[in-house]
Amino acid sequence: MKIGFYPGCSLTGSSREYNESVVAVAKALDIELIEINDWNCCGATAAHAMNEELSLSLPARIMAMAEKQGLTEVVVPCAACYNRLKVTQHELEDDTKRSRVIDILKMPYQGSSRIINVLQLLEMYGAENIKAKITRPFAHKVACYYGCLLVRPHSILKFDRVEDPQSMDTMIKMVGGTTLDWAFKTECCGAGFSVSRTDLVAKLSGNILKDAADRGAEALIVACPMCQSNLDMRRGAINKTLETPSDIPVIYITQAIGLALGLSAQELGLKRHFVTVEL
Amino acid sequence: MSKIGVFICHCGENISATVDVERVAREIGGMEGVAHAIDYKYMCSDPGQTFIKEAVKKYGLDGVVVGACSPRMHEPTFRRACAEAGLNPYLCEMANLREHCSWVHEKSEETTEKAIDLVKMLVEKVKKNKPLDSIKVPVTKKALVIGGGIAGIQASLDIANTGHKVILVERDPSIGGHMSQLSETFPTLDCSQCILTPRMVEVAQHPNIKLYTYAELESLEGFIGNFKAKIRLKAKSVNYSTCTGCGACIQKCPVKKIPSEFNAGLGTRTAIYVPFPQAVPNKPVIDRVNCNYYKRGACKICEKTCQVGSIEWDKEDEIITEEVGAVVLATGFDVKGTDFFPEYGYGQYKDVLTGLQFERLASASGPTFGEIRRPSDGAVPKKIVFIACAGSRDPAKGIPYCSKICCMYTAKHAMLYQHKVHDGESTVFYMDIRAGGKNYEEFVRRAIEEDTVNYVRGRVARVYEKNGKLIVKGVDTLLGGEQVEIEADMVVLATAGVANCGSEQLAQKLHVSYDPYHFFAEAHPKLKPVETNTAGIYLAGACQAPKDIPETVGMASGAAVKVAALFSNDELVREPVVAVVNRLAPPLYSTCVGCFMCETACPYNAIEHEEIKGRDGSLIRNSARVNQGLCQGCGTCVAFCRSKSIDIQGYTNEQVYAEVMSLLND
Amino acid sequence: MGHTNKVSDLQSHTGVEVMRCYQCGKCTAGCVLASEMNYPPSYLMRLLQTGTKPNLDKVLSSNSIWLCLNCENCLGRCPMEIDIPKMMDYLRTQAIKENKLHPDSKPIIAFHKSFLDSIKNTGRLYEMGLVLSYKFRTFNFLQDLSIAPSMYLKGKLHLLPEKIKDRRSMKRIFGQTIENAKTDNK
Ligand SMILES: Cc1cc2nc3c(=O)[nH]c(=O)nc-3n(C[C@H](O)[C@H](O)[C@H](O)COP(=O)(O)OP(=O)(O)OC[C@H]3O[C@@H](n4cnc5c(N)ncnc54)[C@H](O)[C@@H]3O)c2cc1C
Ligand code: SF4
Ligand code: SF4
Ligand code: SF4
Ligand code: SF4
Repeated sequence: MKIGFYPGCSLTGSSREYNESVVAVAKALDIELIEINDWNCCGATAAHAMNEELSLSLPARIMAMAEKQGLTEVVVPCAACYNRLKVTQHELEDDTKRSRVIDILKMPYQGSSRIINVLQLLEMYGAENIKAKITRPFAHKVACYYGCLLVRPHSILKFDRVEDPQSMDTMIKMVGGTTLDWAFKTECCGAGFSVSRTDLVAKLSGNILKDAADRGAEALIVACPMCQSNLDMRRGAINKTLETPSDIPVIYITQAIGLALGLSAQELGLKRHFVTVEL
Repeated sequence: MSKIGVFICHCGENISATVDVERVAREIGGMEGVAHAIDYKYMCSDPGQTFIKEAVKKYGLDGVVVGACSPRMHEPTFRRACAEAGLNPYLCEMANLREHCSWVHEKSEETTEKAIDLVKMLVEKVKKNKPLDSIKVPVTKKALVIGGGIAGIQASLDIANTGHKVILVERDPSIGGHMSQLSETFPTLDCSQCILTPRMVEVAQHPNIKLYTYAELESLEGFIGNFKAKIRLKAKSVNYSTCTGCGACIQKCPVKKIPSEFNAGLGTRTAIYVPFPQAVPNKPVIDRVNCNYYKRGACKICEKTCQVGSIEWDKEDEIITEEVGAVVLATGFDVKGTDFFPEYGYGQYKDVLTGLQFERLASASGPTFGEIRRPSDGAVPKKIVFIACAGSRDPAKGIPYCSKICCMYTAKHAMLYQHKVHDGESTVFYMDIRAGGKNYEEFVRRAIEEDTVNYVRGRVARVYEKNGKLIVKGVDTLLGGEQVEIEADMVVLATAGVANCGSEQLAQKLHVSYDPYHFFAEAHPKLKPVETNTAGIYLAGACQAPKDIPETVGMASGAAVKVAALFSNDELVREPVVAVVNRLAPPLYSTCVGCFMCETACPYNAIEHEEIKGRDGSLIRNSARVNQGLCQGCGTCVAFCRSKSIDIQGYTNEQVYAEVMSLLND
Repeated sequence: MGHTNKVSDLQSHTGVEVMRCYQCGKCTAGCVLASEMNYPPSYLMRLLQTGTKPNLDKVLSSNSIWLCLNCENCLGRCPMEIDIPKMMDYLRTQAIKENKLHPDSKPIIAFHKSFLDSIKNTGRLYEMGLVLSYKFRTFNFLQDLSIAPSMYLKGKLHLLPEKIKDRRSMKRIFGQTIENAKTDNK
């Protein structure tokens, strides 16, 4: 089973462990990931906030490169990149926008590759395999945190339901975990304000952590590097906003599954977290 | 040669401002077969009609064309005038010079020429018109009322009290509808059951009313005055003629955990059950889906308890046929459940209720005997939040309309709560307060001013559960959008009123139209609010749109008057615009070859078979015949007939060709 | 009489039908940053509905448009499906154009600019470079000093940027979009 792969910038830098765990889990499930050649940054919130054409052109180049390589399906683990690529694909269904972007890129673009997130990848190509290969059930009580970019806007992503999504919960239950019914599954963590408004990130992420902690979560499960870094790397700032500081680890869905498949903490990059992971 | 009279109307200035009416009259006057042509300011006025009558007599006219407004408006007027002058009314036709010409064009030469063409067409048609007689049909003076809520009850009683027979068909085991579930009613707070149950009993005892509960309409055929209704009597599994209603069987039935429909899921019932203590009829039915015997073949405990041997295991649904002259549709409405609201927990929080469930909590006959208690733990809620417009006025959820009743019942709920829980705090989140109605605004003010209900203007974004509390995230838009968070013990959603399930299929059975939300459509939003577009079928109550009890009852009485007015005639007169199969002189008898394509095509089952027999009784041929009582004059058969043997009277192929040819022959 | 030109302008630039908002407040009730904003989303929609210059200016010079995270909670729940985040995008552009920037916008714009510089030069995000460039833009040298060393130790920071091969394509894309005076820069 071969599938296109767009890691995105975070996965090569501040979220290396996400990359490591995606690659390790894919390997364990016999999924071959083919990285898009010479991929560029999707532009993230910055491009989107500053210039519309730029915000469409950057993701369009990525997808054009994938098409050139003949990749009909591309998995995008970073929720922010996944969102930008999907939204761009949708926007470029408009003929004027598409021809303008093709003109800028000087590359053919069809919008034909299917963009999927990591949950879809696991659901579609891994579910049976995972069940068969569980060696160490992930017997933990966790809170699945989806954030904004994985589920909204529903009209374009058409992925999980917007309120109280379930796909990640289902996955965790499949590998032997219990998931909490909690209230902050899709409330924003502060997103791109990590550097520019750390105070707001601390407050918003603090609300999320507090609810999970109050309900007895052993860990938060995420599928977005931005959420992960806000909740993990900014823990110092967050804890200053909380009455009781929290040491709940924040791990990627692929790390949780990797653990169930018997992969080591090392392989899954669990040592790279700021908040120590002992699961 | 024909002697046609043509009368062109100015319609004040409606026509004459754009069309040169004098020229029309002049040019038409010169047509072959036109004996007389004039124009006049108001043809429909008394002097105008007199012109027509006098001309018919003076010139011995054998056809009349009036060029004026729409035939929908004045065809009956002019046909009557002709009849009074001794001319068969079906020899009078109208050309629509207003809607089809002067109102839709600028003043110009072409406009006048179009007007001339329109009149010319009708002149050619009238030349081919034949005198027709209107069709008289008898009226069956018995009404069918579908749905036994307060609307159906009121309509049935009103019709029955005019001395006519009524068949009342109710889907559930008891009549009463939603009103029987209500606690107290706005704006007077009188107990719903106390004012309803006497009427339910009256229905059951009325000599003119035949009540079928646990029954549904299977099909309806026919037309105004002459419907044939097939009604499915669902098997009750209990013989009502012997059952005494003692209820012993209910006590003993071991299946006790079925959510009670009457208590909106807050209480339970048994498999053999009477929906509520005041039910009419007060005798049980067995719910076969949940009964142990029907499910697994063993139990029959009820049979053993029944002293009079009333349980009938092998009873099957029965279909009966009733002939009726009019139908009143009164199937009511339904309310959305809490699972319709993702942002309020998809129905998974036990203490998030619908307004209807709150009615059951507040009702003395309810699962808590009128005490407000949380379904989750039975505690009395100290903080309660009511959310208005839950689903209503929400295009994103597919319901853009206002459900009309929620503002009032929410005020009532908050008031009842404050009366019952003295140290309780209630908050109502609302967008607008719609309290138009006698004493309604005063009622809401009382809730706010005397009963200290906290009204906050804003919608709630979400509700979630934490530590046994329901966290309500709302906003006060009157404070510039200040967020309001309430830790509530109970949340009540005033969920949207929607069309009853099955209303679409029912409408299709009855050939009545319905709106995009499956509420039945009235014939005219202002002037025909209780009529449907099918003659003889009327509407009452919330099946037309959500409405409160006073409005429902008013509408039901309105529908009853329409029925009574219909029944005041022994016969109905119908337009003779129906299909006929031609008859020829022997030896051909008819060009109909008996292929019966028309029979397949006719949507109203109006085609019958006729055997044409010779003098000696031998069969010469089979041909089609039209039942003029059933034919609606739609003309579908005409298009299907390959031998051109069937035609619509008054709109024959010949007449229509004549109209078309008059244009081409120019 | 129709709506004012200002209101139809907003609509033609964004496709967002401002007049459909019936001021229910649901967006505000669920907005995670409403309490930080000068005007919470529903209030902002009302200011836009009036179509007057002073009210539009209020909106453009407010911090609301900069604090909006584009999290789309509001859009997801709005009964009228009004795309407030899309409107926010447009309002930010206008605020820059008309130079009506609320002080809260400064660090946010600085961050975005530093971010985009990094992409323009290397094709990818160079986090170390981003943070340094941001510090120069904001003169806030102490911020994040505490986490950078641990990031480095955990292998999360590259000292040198990763560069894509076809960097010319980046130059072209930037040249034709954000650096092109004709496009709507923010
Ligand atoms: C929570 C709540 C509180 C309310 N409080 C008040 C109040 O305080 N004061 C007030 O004036 N109004 C109140 N109302 C409104 C009131 O309930 C309605 O006005 C009234 O019930 C409408 O009566 P109806 O007969 O038209 O419909 P329904 O009460 O819905 O009755 C319809 C009947 O038709 C039957 N039926 C449905 N389909 C079929 C079918 N296909 N064949 C045969 N039978 C069928 C049903 O079983 C039912 O018996 C309230 C409504 C709600 C939801
Ligand atoms: S026990 Fe028999 S008589 Fe009594 S209610 Fe039941 S069926 Fe009727
Ligand atoms: S046979 Fe059915 S209805 Fe009768 S007692 Fe048993 S479960 Fe109840
Ligand atoms: S939720 Fe939508 S309709 Fe309601 S105030 Fe906000 S934008 Fe307006
Ligand atoms: S998108 Fe902006 S305005 Fe809307 S809820 Fe999120 S932060 Fe608030």
